[in-house]
Amino acid sequence: MREVSYEDIVKAVKNMVIHTATNLPEDALKKLKEAHEKEKSPVAKKVLEQLLENADIAREEKRPLCQDTGLAVYFVKVGQDVRITGGLLKDAINEGTEQGYIEGYLRASTCDCFTRENLKEKVGYNLPAVIHIDLVEGDKIDIEYAAKGGGSENVSRARVLAPAQGRQGVIDFVKDVISEAGPNPCPPIIVGVGIGGTFEKAAISSKHALFREAGEPNADPGVAEFEKELLYELNKLGIGAMGMGGTETVLAVHIEKNPCHIASLPVSVNVQCHSSRHSHITL
Amino acid sequence: MSQVHYLTTPLSDEDVENLKAGDIVYLSGIIFTARDAAHKRLVDLIENKEELPFQLDGAVIYFVGPTPPKPGDPIGSAGPTTSYRMDSYSPTLIKHGLKGMIGKGKRNQEVKDACKEYKAVYFGATGGAGALLGKLIKEAKVIAYEELGPEAVRMLRVEDFPVTVINDAYGNDLYEEGRKQYEVKD
Repeated sequence: MREVSYEDIVKAVKNMVIHTATNLPEDALKKLKEAHEKEKSPVAKKVLEQLLENADIAREEKRPLCQDTGLAVYFVKVGQDVRITGGLLKDAINEGTEQGYIEGYLRASTCDCFTRENLKEKVGYNLPAVIHIDLVEGDKIDIEYAAKGGGSENVSRARVLAPAQGRQGVIDFVKDVISEAGPNPCPPIIVGVGIGGTFEKAAISSKHALFREAGEPNADPGVAEFEKELLYELNKLGIGAMGMGGTETVLAVHIEKNPCHIASLPVSVNVQCHSSRHSHITL
Repeated sequence: MSQVHYLTTPLSDEDVENLKAGDIVYLSGIIFTARDAAHKRLVDLIENKEELPFQLDGAVIYFVGPTPPKPGDPIGSAGPTTSYRMDSYSPTLIKHGLKGMIGKGKRNQEVKDACKEYKAVYFGATGGAGALLGKLIKEAKVIAYEELGPEAVRMLRVEDFPVTVINDAYGNDLYEEGRKQYEVKD
């Protein structure tokens, strides 16, 4: 059985956390550049210009792209033929996260729900991370990471529709969520939509949809078509960059669709701000 | 048509009266930072008639929780946070002399009404441009509530800090007007 050490996981996660905070990935950068070219509003175009300049400064001077360096969210696929030596996988990811956030001069943003006390002393610096683990075939550990900011999480919503509401019901719900969000989630945004499954499956799918390369269509042609349709519908809202009005509000729509119960049609909308900071490593 | 202004804090009534929603402003001088927790404490002080950690008259408050500075830098990345969380506190501060707020996202009607009644403005800065905006902050000093960490009250000296007027003292709202202009109705 192949072995991967606790220490190797800590180190790899730490490096990924530090790198992701200051380097906007190519896919997000490409989408921002396209939006900048297409935008009709001079005010919104100016905002997009600032975002591109910000990405350059962040990369060159190793400054965090945004002061909200997020909660650390992971989707981990563990091959069932790999053994982790020297400690627990979750502990290793948390330790790597903490080291990365401290050494990268990133913000500690976890707090108690009610007292609002920052948990950096009691639990750990920006801990706990949110970790989803799946057991899969093979002997590798695959770790997808995103630094998820609060502003775009705050406008995310889930609802269980009646089956009769169907496709149009999903369109209406997603449009309502994005319309109501307006300037708050830092548009231009990427919209993750989880359709089907149970209540929590829809929510997790909408989050996982955001980990895809921006604009990469769903493998199912029918779902990919629906992504295009939603993108077109959402850009009619006119919200624009930072909500100041404009033609480019949504950079991409990513849908994950699952079979659901005969009585339900769950749908969840998870929003990603323009600073789509995500990375991927395989150990 | 949107105008460009260069202003130095503290802001006067006249400064505020010259601003219209959609105008671009380059701010210089001293501004103060505060988020939810600090706002609550400031409003408590006003209600108890106690002294505030800074002079509110003509002041501009920036809604921001920066990243820790790297050695040698005054501050880390420092873009705006979402403003609605300050909506329940801002009208009290405006009534007591606050002239400007910098953040991102919508404000409620009470804040817009207070801007109109007491002559104040709400500026939007570009969210997610924390590296760019942090560089325009030349000095930073925690002046109160150090225990709040990123939420402490800081005094910042900024130079040509770019903001856009979202809500002016006349009841205009750039978010509503801008969107109307580009919305495609079915």
